[in-house]
Amino acid sequence: MLIKSANASDVKSSEITPKSLFDARRQFLRTAAIAGVGFAAGSIAPPAFARTGRGKKLAGVQPTKWTQDSLGEDLTDYESITSYNNFYEFGTGKQDPALYAKDFQPKPWSVVVDGEVDNPGTYSYEDLIKPHKLEERVYRFRCVEAWSMVIPWVGLPLADLVKRLGPKNDAKYVAFETLNDPERMSGQRRQVLEWPYREGLRMDEAMNPLTLMAVGLYGEELPSQNGAPIRLVVPWKYGFKSIKSIVRISFTKDQPPTSWNMAGAREYGFYSNVNPGKNHPRWSQAKERRIGEFLKRPTLSFNGYEEDVAALYTGMDLNKFY
Amino acid sequence: MTQDKLIRRVLKPVVWVLCLGPLGGLAWLAYSGGLTANPIEFLNRYLGEWALKFVIFALAITPLRGLTGWAGLTRFRRLLGLFAFFYVVLHLSSYVGLDQYFDWNAIWLDITKRTYITVGMVAAVILLALAVTSTKGMIKRIGGKNWNRLHKLVYLAAAAGCLHFFMMRKGVQLEPLMYGGAVLLLLGYRLVGYLKKRRRKSRLAVA
Repeated sequence: MLIKSANASDVKSSEITPKSLFDARRQFLRTAAIAGVGFAAGSIAPPAFARTGRGKKLAGVQPTKWTQDSLGEDLTDYESITSYNNFYEFGTGKQDPALYAKDFQPKPWSVVVDGEVDNPGTYSYEDLIKPHKLEERVYRFRCVEAWSMVIPWVGLPLADLVKRLGPKNDAKYVAFETLNDPERMSGQRRQVLEWPYREGLRMDEAMNPLTLMAVGLYGEELPSQNGAPIRLVVPWKYGFKSIKSIVRISFTKDQPPTSWNMAGAREYGFYSNVNPGKNHPRWSQAKERRIGEFLKRPTLSFNGYEEDVAALYTGMDLNKFY
Repeated sequence: MTQDKLIRRVLKPVVWVLCLGPLGGLAWLAYSGGLTANPIEFLNRYLGEWALKFVIFALAITPLRGLTGWAGLTRFRRLLGLFAFFYVVLHLSSYVGLDQYFDWNAIWLDITKRTYITVGMVAAVILLALAVTSTKGMIKRIGGKNWNRLHKLVYLAAAAGCLHFFMMRKGVQLEPLMYGGAVLLLLGYRLVGYLKKRRRKSRLAVA
């Protein structure tokens, strides 16, 4: 279904591909042609990026200090962010989530809050979100597979939500779970991972001002392939920590089991902070390919958020606690 | 038309063109915007998967000949094997030239430190050896028996290719298992044939 808003013809500045990104694409196509494996790609104009499936605009989004200008890097275009996803609940191919999440209806949605917390219960999505102001935050997003994006998220600080839910003194960790519903999430019909997808943060990581509960991107509600209706965003950690389509938030005394750690503890640690000095056993993490760019760029320590988060890990051997 | 002429003038050119199909598919994907937001990764995987497919096609000739009884099938084996090598070369080129952009230091670290790349390189080197010894002159020079022995290495290359693919993916994914299953089936067919032959021989020896 094509959803048209009242002034669909108005082009927002965010819809315009930044000039430098456009140039980078042209450069990529040229180089591909020169390399002799670009075939027709070099001579045929890049396809127009379709504007299908644009979501509902979110109201009252506040600006923050985390803007594109303060970051000084170009935004990844909407089409790439919403067509190139790792979301195994909808299939293991990069294009599978956009394809198979098309009919996924994220609402109505509810989230169970349990464990060491003063206000446990089942919260509807609206009850969970409404008391909070939505903010826009432009963050780098670094996948463990060595590609990256810059994404203008919309959401609320997880710290605010945690404070409202009231963790008890012995709550040391926050655990999250993704919806487990093979009927609606076709990728869950095969045991690629042990469903439901699980993630977790130490309490101080959850309370860090950078940690975000995202409900949108590019000023609009989250598309299903990006983890609608509510997901975590932890910008200094590899992307798989930023769990999608959350249905459960648990406050625990002990470190909770996490999905990729369960699948391969040697390759994916509980912390999984972006660390160019600590290679994945199967590939280097020193560099990354920013989507839309040809040459790889060096990966930054803590994905460029070292100043904000390094203090969380003082005294820890990050080669051991990867 | 004799069968020889039919194979040389009609069937071989047709198969040759079909073998270029994946490149046509790639051109179409490039034109229609199907290369994803990360075209380099897509290209790498696409070419790698087709290389593995062609190894499997070449390995399928012997069992197919056994099942159909048509000996003419053997005439296509070298063609398919060389196309497997062709796609391996493209796969390697896109890795070296696009993914790593000729960063030889990083490439060397990959080959020596990342097991799945080491395994992939072993498969590539084997296919290189098989490709350069695939001419009539080389067969003559090496001698039929030794040549046959050398080209049995394709079994190892196929297994290494599958392992390379399996190890590259995160988690246990379906596609690498499907390729692995196909190779296992094709090698199993040969093993069964070999065991049957040996039993027949030993029975003859007893008699």
